[in-house]
Amino acid sequence: MKGYLGIDVGSVSTNIVFMNEATEVLESLYLRTNGQPVATVQRGLKQLRSKLPANTIVKGVGTTGSGRQLIGIVTGADAIKNEITAHAVAASHLVPGVQTVLEIGGQDSKIIILRDGVVADFAMNTVCAAGTGSFLDQQASRLNIAIEEFGDLALKGRSPVRIAGRCAVFAESDMIHKQQMGFNLEDILAGLCEALVRNYLNNVGKGKEIRGPVVFQGGVAANVGMRKAFEKALGLPVQVPKYYNVMGAVGAALLAKETVSKGIPTRFKGFGVADVEYKAGTFECDGCPNLCEVIEMTEAGQVIARWGDRCGKWANALAASEAAI
Amino acid sequence: MKVTFPHMGYMYVSLKGMLEYLGIDVVVPPACSKKTLTLGVKHSPEFACLPLKLNIGNFIEAKELGADTIMMAGGCGPCRFGYYAYVENEILKDLKVDYNLVVMEPPEKHIGELLGRIRKITGNRPWLQIIKALRFGFLKAKAVDEVEVLSFQIRPRELVRGSTDRALQKAINLIDEAKTTTELTIALERAKELMRVVPAERERPALRVALIGEIYTLLEPYANVNIERHLGQLGVEVDRSMMLSQWVNDHLFMGLVRNIPSSDRFKKVAAPYLNHFVGGHGLETVGSAVWYARQGYDGAIQVLPFTCMPEIVAQSILPKVSAEVDMPIMTLIMDEHSGEAGLITRLEAFIDLLKRKKEQKEALTS
Repeated sequence: MKGYLGIDVGSVSTNIVFMNEATEVLESLYLRTNGQPVATVQRGLKQLRSKLPANTIVKGVGTTGSGRQLIGIVTGADAIKNEITAHAVAASHLVPGVQTVLEIGGQDSKIIILRDGVVADFAMNTVCAAGTGSFLDQQASRLNIAIEEFGDLALKGRSPVRIAGRCAVFAESDMIHKQQMGFNLEDILAGLCEALVRNYLNNVGKGKEIRGPVVFQGGVAANVGMRKAFEKALGLPVQVPKYYNVMGAVGAALLAKETVSKGIPTRFKGFGVADVEYKAGTFECDGCPNLCEVIEMTEAGQVIARWGDRCGKWANALAASEAAI
Repeated sequence: MKVTFPHMGYMYVSLKGMLEYLGIDVVVPPACSKKTLTLGVKHSPEFACLPLKLNIGNFIEAKELGADTIMMAGGCGPCRFGYYAYVENEILKDLKVDYNLVVMEPPEKHIGELLGRIRKITGNRPWLQIIKALRFGFLKAKAVDEVEVLSFQIRPRELVRGSTDRALQKAINLIDEAKTTTELTIALERAKELMRVVPAERERPALRVALIGEIYTLLEPYANVNIERHLGQLGVEVDRSMMLSQWVNDHLFMGLVRNIPSSDRFKKVAAPYLNHFVGGHGLETVGSAVWYARQGYDGAIQVLPFTCMPEIVAQSILPKVSAEVDMPIMTLIMDEHSGEAGLITRLEAFIDLLKRKKEQKEALTS
């Protein structure tokens, strides 16, 4: 069997998919990053290796997400792309003709406007990084309900409570206030979903023209309460694709396929990557008062990448030696 | 008297040149760094914008090097910058970092007003010498701008990563070291030569992106997380709507020098979207978006410090401009909390968008 790997390394979750040549997703993994992207990807590759038949040939690998550079170097990726492009590619592949993508993950939320299958505009949350996904997670655990039940409970709300949704901090204190007033839990959860949707449309959507078909993806799309709140606010049906929580990885695999199809041989280092020892060392550069913390990635004792320096002294030094080879 | 001033990109070259021409001692604060920002954030109100925080850091660091007089620009209108010089001086007083303050308010009617304010620093030096010094400082600003523009064109086409940055630094130092007008002419020629010999693929096509927005975050690379370098390395030729020589000519010399592109070109085309002053450079930002679209640029990026009122006004108008002139515009807000990784993700995605759009356009026209 031949196919492509897509890896999306985010702040909260790491997703890996294996896609065959007909671009059907055969395997998908959803793992917690736990702040250890390399170890998580290694664990994921191990799991994937055991699930796939022994004669599997990986024709290309793509990485995306905030850890894309790091994992791209570790696995030998053919395509290293930002998550916006990857999500847009995946959405338009799984839902042909999609014109609007609403994406809410753990830390980042974004809106992507597509016209004629091409990204025409996008926006990501700015300045404040209070992630909607993480916030919902936290509220669920504070209210002692499982995050999976959150959406169903919210759907039962008959008259959603108005919650101040400008900022997670205000939303939380307003929620607590409403609880103390005696509102029931379902109405509060439904109100919270509406507040977050309002906030998203005002701060990320910012007057962009939202046309159907609308796709809602990212971890938060699992929450039916959020989906309903979007439908109510937009007055449009909102679709949640089958692989809503691994869309970045799907996009990365598609981008890898696109790169390899140009005739460039894959740089994938093989599933053996899972067993190699990777170490990240760090040192403080004292070349100037910025005192940058430079990160050094070693693969079995050999430095394979450096980054983190503002001036490029270290990163460029390695790039120059690469060019010399 | 030892004079210092806040950093704003390569402005120090010009100011230092002018003051030293008059034989005044100058202390250039160390380049903006993490230390500068840490000092600034610690002693500034939380809600102040990034420029104020970095200025405070600059002044504290300059004090350590023996400076005793601050030369600072002032301003007027809704932008808070107008009273930053005074607020900063009060903060420094509380910290027992004592300075004499000289504020260069832009002249309202006549260039003579500016000369009157400079008097505080220049003492009884003859007017002719002062005017010559002003001219010398201005020529330095122009020279720096010239090599910077060269770097914008070379960086996306360089063959060895980082070589443009190294050449640019050397070129700026050459201009900085020139002591007289004649020396400056020679230095500029050598500086341009340095830039010309950077190995690059001159003919390589590149996307063209305009950087528009607030002057400080546009000019100070520390404040904008080196956005020009990131874009250049992504293969994009940038143009900045605000160059130092242009700003000096517009605001301090009241447009006295000819042959310098003026921000009037932006104000003229802003009218259908915004037709009055909103403070700072809000009006110019809106106009520049229109202007660059008409010049055939592929996109524009608005850069502003968090809480900047004039730019927020512009930001809310830009989506309409973008739709009507058919040029994508992205906004980046700079703050001490801005993460570089997030910024790069947004830049990459924006460039992807521009590339696809351009490919589509070319496919349609061919």
